[in-house]
Amino acid sequence: MMQRFLNDIKKYFRYAVYSAKAELKAEVAGSYLNWVWWILEPICLMLIYTFIFGVVFDAREEYFTAFIYVGLTVWTFFNQNMKNSVKIVKKNKSVVSKVYLPKFILVESKMFVNGFKMAISFAIVVFLMIVYRVPLTWNVLYVVPIFLCLVLVTFGMMCIVCHFGVFVEDLSNVITIALRLVFYMTGIMFSIDRRIGPKHPVLAEILGKCNPMAFVITSLRNCLLYGETPAVRYLLIWMGIGIVLSLIGVRLIYKNENSYVKVI
Amino acid sequence: MGQKEVAIRVDNLTIRYRSLKSYSIKKNLLHLNRNKKEYFEAVKHVSFELEKGEILGIVGKNGSGKSTMLRALAHIFSPDEGTIDTFDNTVSLLSIGVGFQKELSGRENIILSGMLLGFSEEQIREKMPRIIKFADLGRFIDMPVSTYSSGMYSKLAFSITAILETDIILIDEVLSVGDRRFKKKSYKKMKSLISDKERTVVIVSHNNQSLRDLCTKVLWINEGEMVMIGETNEVLDKYEEYMDAEE
Repeated sequence: MMQRFLNDIKKYFRYAVYSAKAELKAEVAGSYLNWVWWILEPICLMLIYTFIFGVVFDAREEYFTAFIYVGLTVWTFFNQNMKNSVKIVKKNKSVVSKVYLPKFILVESKMFVNGFKMAISFAIVVFLMIVYRVPLTWNVLYVVPIFLCLVLVTFGMMCIVCHFGVFVEDLSNVITIALRLVFYMTGIMFSIDRRIGPKHPVLAEILGKCNPMAFVITSLRNCLLYGETPAVRYLLIWMGIGIVLSLIGVRLIYKNENSYVKVI
Repeated sequence: MGQKEVAIRVDNLTIRYRSLKSYSIKKNLLHLNRNKKEYFEAVKHVSFELEKGEILGIVGKNGSGKSTMLRALAHIFSPDEGTIDTFDNTVSLLSIGVGFQKELSGRENIILSGMLLGFSEEQIREKMPRIIKFADLGRFIDMPVSTYSSGMYSKLAFSITAILETDIILIDEVLSVGDRRFKKKSYKKMKSLISDKERTVVIVSHNNQSLRDLCTKVLWINEGEMVMIGETNEVLDKYEEYMDAEE
């Protein structure tokens, strides 16, 4: 299976990239301010969250704007990917029912689209760090394995969701609710350790380590903004889980993809 | 001529649509009918062989499994029983409302479709002008496909497959695409594609006249089962007789 997977990835890589590019272009072509939205949207969200959590709830942290932005960047990537993958086969019905392609290529292409937007968002993080004059340490290099971990976990979960999304009509309702729950448990606008930690230390520990998104976001903040080393052991564990999830997802798709067309 | 090369070999092909009906969590909670396994065999134990350069017509009444069979030949379905071998030939399926991504422009869809058919971006770009010229869509080629009329849709689809020239072409009811002029043009193109000795074609159609014109062989299926396969006029005569008798 591994061999087939690698072959397929290689064979369809260009297609996935081109399809992602075309989708980004199409998204931009129709709107008035074009690509400016890719920057404007996260900035506006950040302003809203900064106001509500910084002023109203008084949950400020050091470098608060950048702090929120890191959270938003990662969360938007994950959130969009998960939402998109539920109906991804159905949305591509016109393609899927006319020609064979491994269905995780659709997932991969979607990831490129959202990955590109994440890259823009991340550029803004870097910009904010420069504005804040955040002191850098070698810990910044942990960004690479952390993003790798994020991609692996996301890809695995997307494949699994994509598979079940074909057969379960109302899965998208469930996913939306689940995502909302995870959103509040992830500490995108607040620090789990400092806001939940003092009163419920165990809960904070569980939320911070057992939720991959919370873990990724906290680690990113630590290594980028606060010059700390992330918990390497957990990073490795989550990477391992990501790989396992991806294997399960790809296997599910390979075993069942031929019947997808019969259902949609 | 030496020995003929086999392009498609179908052996004991059976395709089922079965319990994989989609369900929703809500429905399952409301009435707990455990998924009854319902089988529906769309194609039953069909076997045939097609040599390179042959043109096979498939006839049968609606719902007899013709389109399912074409999709199986295009590897979109895998067989539930039996095997299909296309010997590493590139295959493309041409049917009404072909696989385009509606938000994208015609030009981009040409490239995407071509890539899915196994061509490289360079190869496609090279043939792009010919495709665009053949499709004859004017300025619509740079507009999103969602703005196309259904005729333009089919014209573009036909042009892609016709110009990119895969080894095996599967055609589902598109012998009458577009307006009068395009129809004539595509019919001519079809004939020239088909007269190419290297190309194998499978056509599903209800237009018996054009089948008589084009095909070297006809397969008649009914309710998923093969009734007969053989010389074009012979099979079509029997088929017409049968269809008229049922009226």
